[in-house]
Amino acid sequence: MPLTEKHREYWHRNLKLTSLLLAIWFLATFVVSWYARELNEIVLIGPLGFYMGAQGALIVYVLIIWYYARRMNQMDKQYGVQEGDE
Amino acid sequence: MAGRPSNAHFLQQLQRYYSFYTGGFVAFVVMVGILEMLGVSIKILGYIFLFATILLYAGIGFMAKTADVSEYYVAGRRVPALFNGMATGADWMSAASFIGMAGTLYLTGYDGLAFVMGWTGGYCLVALFLAPYLRKFGQFTIPDFLGARYGGNIPRLIGVFATILCSFTYVIAQIYGVGIITSRFTGLEFTIGVFVGLAGILVCSFLGGMKAVTWTQVAQYIILIVAYMIPVVWLSVKHTGNPVPQISAYTSALPKVSALEKEFNDPETAKGRAEESVRQIFRERAAAARDRLQGLDAGGSEFLVSEKAKLAEELKTLKGTVPINYRAIEAAEKALRQFPADIATARTAWSADEAIKARAGPVKPHAEAFAAKDEVGRDIARKNFLALVFCLMVGTAALPHILMRFYTTPSVEQARRSVFWSLFFIFLLYVTAPALAILVKFEVYSNLVGTSFAQLPAWVSNWAAVDKTLMNITDINKDGLVQLAEVVIGGDLVVLATPEIAGLPYVISGLVAAGGLAAALSTADGLLLTIANALSHDVYYKIIDPNAPTTRRLVVSKSLLLLVAVVAAYVTSLKPGDILFLVSAAFSLAASAFFPALVLGIFWKRANQLGAILGMVAGLGICMYYMIQTYPFFGINAAKWWGINPISAGIFGVPTGFIGVVIGSLISPAPSREIQALVDYVRYPNLKGDTA
Repeated sequence: MPLTEKHREYWHRNLKLTSLLLAIWFLATFVVSWYARELNEIVLIGPLGFYMGAQGALIVYVLIIWYYARRMNQMDKQYGVQEGDE
Repeated sequence: MAGRPSNAHFLQQLQRYYSFYTGGFVAFVVMVGILEMLGVSIKILGYIFLFATILLYAGIGFMAKTADVSEYYVAGRRVPALFNGMATGADWMSAASFIGMAGTLYLTGYDGLAFVMGWTGGYCLVALFLAPYLRKFGQFTIPDFLGARYGGNIPRLIGVFATILCSFTYVIAQIYGVGIITSRFTGLEFTIGVFVGLAGILVCSFLGGMKAVTWTQVAQYIILIVAYMIPVVWLSVKHTGNPVPQISAYTSALPKVSALEKEFNDPETAKGRAEESVRQIFRERAAAARDRLQGLDAGGSEFLVSEKAKLAEELKTLKGTVPINYRAIEAAEKALRQFPADIATARTAWSADEAIKARAGPVKPHAEAFAAKDEVGRDIARKNFLALVFCLMVGTAALPHILMRFYTTPSVEQARRSVFWSLFFIFLLYVTAPALAILVKFEVYSNLVGTSFAQLPAWVSNWAAVDKTLMNITDINKDGLVQLAEVVIGGDLVVLATPEIAGLPYVISGLVAAGGLAAALSTADGLLLTIANALSHDVYYKIIDPNAPTTRRLVVSKSLLLLVAVVAAYVTSLKPGDILFLVSAAFSLAASAFFPALVLGIFWKRANQLGAILGMVAGLGICMYYMIQTYPFFGINAAKWWGINPISAGIFGVPTGFIGVVIGSLISPAPSREIQALVDYVRYPNLKGDTA
């Protein structure tokens, strides 16, 4: 089936959302861990570098996936590519 | 599938069943607790837990038996997001997560967080790159996708090979875990424990395939999370008065642990002085061993004879001294008796003695990242930490037994939600493990260190009596008090001993064992099914006999399941070494083999068959090559690339895989129109529903 403009836009927006969330994932994982020693100097709930690895990053991951599912399920409806009603 | 009116009803029904189930399980635990109070022996309680839970899993498997292909392979594609999340959680969390992780964190502090981050962050990649698209594709296995997307049997066969390679190494570690747990808690022999556990796994997956495995895994998740949480919450209340360990560990326990670490490392304080005296003894022993090793190098067997003569002389002098020191004589007699008979044993024994210098160093601060003695060492530690996180994450997003679970949801929408629930349920345990490690460390540092050897806490003497590898405590400097340097703890102890540390009755220890068993069994279930399905569906049905009738497909599948299970149990009973390495290697292997080909297959239409073949072979090849070159087990010990450890070989394999797919695709013609249409089909949840 040929794709319409609208289909292309859906896919484009999906890619944009995916890249954005991937960037957050990268930041929370690799950039924060890279500076773990420096961040450990800051103490909020425990040393920050340690806390981010033990809890902070995990919370970010859960939020990333939660937001992606919510946003994409909305966009499916917006672009008329959702599946039949459950 | 979508639009089936019974889905909402089905969800309600499931919620009701599992609420009853959870209530029933709690009642069961209470009942065992009452039996304990009535004085039933601990061994019998262990048996009750073991057999009751295995029977339960088998019962669920029996109720979910099926002869339908779709139910057998993908649970009829009607597992709601929430329940698929729980099943994925149990599928994912193995014995290593349940029993090993908190211990690793206890022993390594910050550096162990690579596992916590790696084994959760990978789900972001699953959610963003794979789960919704694989669900839309909607076949049965991961090689299925490779076969359909890239055409021909070669990509599929490489997929089957890689599936078996990583799942089999992984399943051996799980069955090993089952054997350890059953033998520790019931006193059965290791090999018998393996086969008892295996019987439980088999009844379940054999009768009902994915359908039975799914519903059993949900039940196992509930047991394992309850078993993990109760002791930790209790311990947190006991130490800090706060029932949320994830907060109390950081606000109240960690600062105290850090303060104690400083004290232990500061010879000006009383505790620091005591620690230093123990370390001094270790240093002397190591130095003596080093001198002996050097003497052995120079003098050979003559040196050995003269050393032995020296010992005999010492013993003689001791016996002649008044007053007679019986303890010293006994020690000297023992040393003489155990004196190595030849050069080879002497070298091994004295090298082991010299290794004791590892215990002579200062305490490593728990929160310190990338600890090393200089800047270069810290830099290598940091690189390896990030590389390991990367491999574990990409590996998570490439392990077939996890990806397969997302075939079982009713729709793409549910698949997306289900990744969220999966990570949420995994998060509950993973966010608790670092907190548990800190709480136990606090207990050891503040309550165990400084107590007298005559009045050791019950849990310490109990475990020291049961297993020296888990708890080894000796009064090295003979001051009658415990110093931290005198205690050696095995990682697994942390979870296993928590109920006793928290002062809970034995029934909770039994519950923890049942939780560990649930974690190991559920993962083993998923892995065995994945291997058997790759063989029966991809090799037998898709390649050998595409016209095979349904009944024969299921017979082949079930026979293969049995065969794989028996082979896996046999290999496990040989107790192969280096299990931890094998497990971690599975992640690097899966990442290198699958991730590039799967992701580019969805996000890059131009990717084609040659690209996939090149990418998978090159990625897997580089990964295996690097492991064989650098891992000591293989005996080559080539120089490491940029100081990266063999466990993180995927850091080279994954980029190679991507480059391979791109080059291979660009030097050969674009894929056919049908395949490009398949890519579009996978990208949109519903193309026909274009209402614009």
